[in-house]
Amino acid sequence: MTDGKAAPNRWNTAILYGYIATGSVVGGVARYLLSLVIQFGTEFPWATLFVNVTGSFIIGFYSTFSGPDGRLFASARQRQFVMTGFCGGYTTFSTFSLETFRLLQAGMVQTAYTNIAISIATWLVAAWLGHLLANRLNSLKRS
Amino acid sequence: MYAPMVSALLSVVVGSALGGVARYFVSGIVARRVGETFPWGTLSVNVSGAFLIGIFAALARNNASLFAAPNPWLFAVTGFLGCYTTVSSFSLQTLALARDGEGGRAIGYVAISVALSIGAVAVGFAIVNLTR
Repeated sequence: MTDGKAAPNRWNTAILYGYIATGSVVGGVARYLLSLVIQFGTEFPWATLFVNVTGSFIIGFYSTFSGPDGRLFASARQRQFVMTGFCGGYTTFSTFSLETFRLLQAGMVQTAYTNIAISIATWLVAAWLGHLLANRLNSLKRS
Repeated sequence: MYAPMVSALLSVVVGSALGGVARYFVSGIVARRVGETFPWGTLSVNVSGAFLIGIFAALARNNASLFAAPNPWLFAVTGFLGCYTTVSSFSLQTLALARDGEGGRAIGYVAISVALSIGAVAVGFAIVNLTR
């Protein structure tokens, strides 16, 4: 706090980190609780697929809905809270990688490849559908 | 009866807060250093997170290890690494590349992310097993 000019900047950065940390906690806890609920007793990692697909949909929707032409006005901090914080914490690439590795290790090569193919396809389609839905809602305003 | 549930949840909460902030910090540094025409920042966190999860998974196989206990695992893997790595940004960036007419880069990003991440798990796992 010795530098009078840098202090407000540092304060803004601290607040931004607070938003991201809080969003990440909400996302991480939601993912954890869903992993307790979504247990089908099969080898296929459904819980991880579910959070990654729904998280991709949410980020695709929100980024367009709150974007420059979007219907929702959101501050930069609110966007960081939802996208970097919540969506980033809610979805996980590391668990996806570990589960795929474990399937390969267990000799379930077919299931591992299926997990990769289905995951990539459904993540991208979900983000795209979210974007399309938001675009649709955004254009309703102007008509 | 509620104490284990509370401590489990707290482990996830603390790990999540640190993991999300670490992702923003690391991906930001990489993006500023290497440039933002390709999502190197997200690729770095996803691959380094996969390497670490491989290490923790191998450590957890030893019952005497710290990570064989529920709360350290919830903190480090479910919380920290779960939030440190991300699929949502990955999906958004892949679509952005595709929409910008960079179809080749989009496919490359997907292939590199998946191959390097699963490879990184295997490397992390193997390192622990070799040094044991």
